[in-house]
Amino acid sequence: MVDTLVIPILKILIVLNATLVAVTYMVLLERKVIAWAQSRLGPMRVGPYGILQPVADAVKLMIKEDITPTRADKWVFTAAPIISMVPALIVYAVIPFGPEVNLFGRRVTLFITDVNVGLLYIVSVASVGVYGIILAGYASNSKFPLLASLRASAQLISYEVAVTLTLVSVILMAGSLSMVSIVRAQESSHLWYAFVQPLAFGIFVIGSLAETNRAPFDMPEAEQELTGGFHTEYSGMRFALFFLAEYANMIVVSSVATTLFLGGWLRPFPSVAMLSVLDVVPSWTWFLIKSFLFLYFFIWIRATLPIANLVVTGIVKVVLL
Amino acid sequence: MLSPYIPIAIFVVVATGFALFTLVFSGLLHPEKYNKVKLEPYECGIEPLTDARDRYSIRYYLVAMLFVIFDVETVFMFPWAVIFDKLLLFGLIEMLVFIFILVVGYYYAWQKGALEWV
Repeated sequence: MVDTLVIPILKILIVLNATLVAVTYMVLLERKVIAWAQSRLGPMRVGPYGILQPVADAVKLMIKEDITPTRADKWVFTAAPIISMVPALIVYAVIPFGPEVNLFGRRVTLFITDVNVGLLYIVSVASVGVYGIILAGYASNSKFPLLASLRASAQLISYEVAVTLTLVSVILMAGSLSMVSIVRAQESSHLWYAFVQPLAFGIFVIGSLAETNRAPFDMPEAEQELTGGFHTEYSGMRFALFFLAEYANMIVVSSVATTLFLGGWLRPFPSVAMLSVLDVVPSWTWFLIKSFLFLYFFIWIRATLPIANLVVTGIVKVVLL
Repeated sequence: MLSPYIPIAIFVVVATGFALFTLVFSGLLHPEKYNKVKLEPYECGIEPLTDARDRYSIRYYLVAMLFVIFDVETVFMFPWAVIFDKLLLFGLIEMLVFIFILVVGYYYAWQKGALEWV
């Protein structure tokens, strides 16, 4: 009873809360990093160096007026942010943050569950999220969101196959779909798969930028053309749920990349005995550090590169003409 | 057998509950001062004349149909990849034949102009 219900529920609540806090501070980090990249200060007013800005944002979104446009389809309009957010959160159910640890005299695994089709579960659940975006565009009954949601589906079908094929290369190496077994396989082969499959890693990174609708692939949200994209008509808490889903997806993608290609909870260079002094750092810390670096990379890309339809058409013209 | 999936089911319930809770909770807090103009769909200040769900050509629909084929193909590769170390050369040749057939179809679609942005 305790093992099948109480402990999973506790873990789920911890992971859910950690994700929400991570998402809100991810927003602050993004604003800060982009500000520094542009020689600005970023948020500075709320709390020292603006560290309470996420709290202020959350409260503001909570008490904001929530508008349903007259022409919108009311039920779908409300359901869309939920359909977009729930898949982004439940992916964490199979992501291993660490191996087993002893906690209060009890063996506790640092993952919520380990299903033998973990990777397939992630691929299928993660692609449900785009339905939320498409339904949002359709239910708004407004031209900009509709165009943006069509772009979102175009983007999904363009990159989904490439990303899924990179996962096949990881499965070939590990011989298993379970996320825990994939990390264990990297442990026993003494290599992170990013070094064995650099091409797959590169394609996965680029494809996941596109699948999370991040710059330089943020066509579904291109502010310059679509006045805010699929959530143009959204305000208040329903907008907040979309925002949450987007950033939760980024964290999911970086966690998946960490698990599949960067050795999950393993320390750097797991085969080098000289570095075993690094084992004093708890294994889940390595997971968090790697995921954080990946998230930082996402922000860095956004601060550096212009939007992709310009980049891609530029490259195509240079190569072909 | 199904026990690893129980936490996932709980997580779905908890996540949905969280989303509904925040929506209901903010519904109690936020002001409601609506008027006709505020509730109109956004169109840069111009009153929308027609329904947004107009009929127009989705230019990538052939690409979308091809996507279905190739996405199913990747799902076929998942179980093959899991037991590849048992199938060895036999599995490799099987998969090459499978991909060759797909590539022929892909080449045909390409030549027919299915990948053009019509």
